Amino acid sequence: MRTRPAARAGRAAQYTALLGYLVFLAFPFLWLLSVAFKPARELGSLHPTWIPEHPTLANFRQAFDEQPLLHAAFNSLIAAVGAAVIAVALATPMAYVMARRRTRLARAASGWVVVSQAFPFVLVIIPLFLVLKNLRLIDSVPGLVMVYVVWALPFALWMLVGYVRAVPVELEEAAAIDGAGRLRTLVSVTAPLLAPGIVATGLFAFVTAWNEFFFALVLLKTPEKQTLPVVLTHFIGTEGVADLGPLAAAAFLATLPSLVVFAIVQRRITGGMLAGAVKS
Amino acid sequence: MRTGALIVAALLLLAGCTADGGDDDGPVTLRFQSLAWQEESVQANKDLVEEWNATHSDVKVEYVQGSWSSVHDQLLTSFEGDEAPDIIHDASDDLADFAYGGYLADLTGLLPARLTSDIPQRSWETTTFGDGVYGVPFLQEPRVLVANATWLKRSGVRVPTPEHPWSWAEFRRITEQLSGDGKYGVAWPLKEPVSATLNLSLSAGGQLFHRGADGKVTVRFEAGDEVVPRTVHDQVGTDRSASPTTLGSGGSDTLPGFFGGRYAMVPLGFSYRQQIVQQAPEGFDWQVLPAPAGADGLAQGVSPQTLSVAEDSPHKKEAAAFIDFLLRPQNMVRLALGDWMLPTGTQALADPALHTAKDDWATGTALAEHLRPAPAQSVRGYAEWKDKVATPAFQEYYSGAIGLGELRERLEEDGNLVLARYQR
Repeated sequence: MRTRPAARAGRAAQYTALLGYLVFLAFPFLWLLSVAFKPARELGSLHPTWIPEHPTLANFRQAFDEQPLLHAAFNSLIAAVGAAVIAVALATPMAYVMARRRTRLARAASGWVVVSQAFPFVLVIIPLFLVLKNLRLIDSVPGLVMVYVVWALPFALWMLVGYVRAVPVELEEAAAIDGAGRLRTLVSVTAPLLAPGIVATGLFAFVTAWNEFFFALVLLKTPEKQTLPVVLTHFIGTEGVADLGPLAAAAFLATLPSLVVFAIVQRRITGGMLAGAVKS
Repeated sequence: MRTGALIVAALLLLAGCTADGGDDDGPVTLRFQSLAWQEESVQANKDLVEEWNATHSDVKVEYVQGSWSSVHDQLLTSFEGDEAPDIIHDASDDLADFAYGGYLADLTGLLPARLTSDIPQRSWETTTFGDGVYGVPFLQEPRVLVANATWLKRSGVRVPTPEHPWSWAEFRRITEQLSGDGKYGVAWPLKEPVSATLNLSLSAGGQLFHRGADGKVTVRFEAGDEVVPRTVHDQVGTDRSASPTTLGSGGSDTLPGFFGGRYAMVPLGFSYRQQIVQQAPEGFDWQVLPAPAGADGLAQGVSPQTLSVAEDSPHKKEAAAFIDFLLRPQNMVRLALGDWMLPTGTQALADPALHTAKDDWATGTALAEHLRPAPAQSVRGYAEWKDKVATPAFQEYYSGAIGLGELRERLEEDGNLVLARYQR
């Protein structure tokens, strides 16, 4: 089939816009990559280049020598995976109830979820600190995971409610007519259809916890328990002066897990997003 | 302060008063939160902690890495939750609220005479709030002019020394002489215009904050306060001898232009030499010059780095003993070299390692006697005055958006309204 010139031009414009958007998104990451491999002298150049003229691994060596990056990454991984798993485990049944039972309570809960997003970190940090102290959860990774779960839960819930609503209730009714019980319907009919949404929500909770800085800074005291974003700030000095090379090297490594996880589950997320977007 | 005390008391009750009181038989453990961040500096701190632990079996120190970028919020939360480190590394301009809030221990009587007499009174003034001393000032840095030595030599201008510095008027003339063809005599990195302006203004007799007989502070922008801002303003707007594009930049951002031959001089903190040594192109010849002098000579304000003890620490004596160890003259020299800064201690300052021509240590050391407490750091409400009034006013003045009259009006009228709220 032949396409008309106008359609071809339109398609070309679309791809051009898409390419521009990709460049815009990729620019900070590519620049980080470039800086991470540059020697100090190239960082002070008036005419910086994308490709390092004398690429070096010295920044990576210095970053690993100065700070316990692997240990911090392990702590971040524990906190992020723990937060993602628990947040999804709690949010999924809650979202199901809120989506399927259109009661006043469910509507009030939905409203509260939206309102709760308005509170800034600084407003909650001191009360939260005191509560966790009383629970003896200061300076503990489980305490941090708990905070991350609470922090991620409203948005996770809000996301999952959309996904549950996208699963036609008629499918569950059909299963019931065929003799399936409530549990069987949930496990065999609803859960598989919700899987993309659950993966997307879990990824959101993971990335949020992986990148989170302020709670980790305030709640964790012992150096061995600090997470990666906190350790990254150790490369920054007074008046915002930074040890740029090692900072870029460490920051580049810190972005990798999110990228890897995203690459692995990308197709499921796309499916999940579409599932959440289409209303029956 | 009362609220803080109530919270601390309630927490102690809730926690069952489980904190160790220092009477246990086991070794005491102190947590030392350091903000050292440069490789040599972190190493120097860790080495000193190790040396202390090797020789003090009854008092162990645990090194905790903090960060300059978040220290205030992190400490505030720790204090409120009674979880602060025993020994706290910070800067004197961050201590006022913590000292007045009752979070820091008064070190009067805790420190040995050796240490108190080694550090000059003018440095102690930076950590004295009311009747108490809430930190030991130990490292400081003057603001200096880092210059392209080849450019200066070629131009034939007189090169200033700490003994014969440039006056502000001479500095302006010379930057004009060095400018042209898209090049500038100076690039002012004024991302934080207030502290730079106020600290340098001491040289011209600027004071800005005036304490009355009733103890209340008011802002008065007088002749001495005008010299530095007017020089910068005229360099940018009239002479075109200062780059207008760096006014919103940090010090590091100006270095590529400096190395690339676009600016002849950059006013920077003395410790920036480390970055310059690391990043300067092969063969780039640079040198440190004193900042220009005014009616009060080379005086300038500084906010030294400090070591404090938390009020809630059950081991204040041990913490003070560790600070004393850390700041023995030879140890203070190690810390100073690690941070590329000047020690406050007179014995450390006399160490030959800090008087070498290499990396122009000697020029900076010669300026140490002229350093004074930053003019505003003990003024309550300074932080709000700086953020809401002074920073935008100076930025607009330097960019040419407002004149000197409006700058004065905003600093004084708006500023005094802010300060009055803190002094009722």
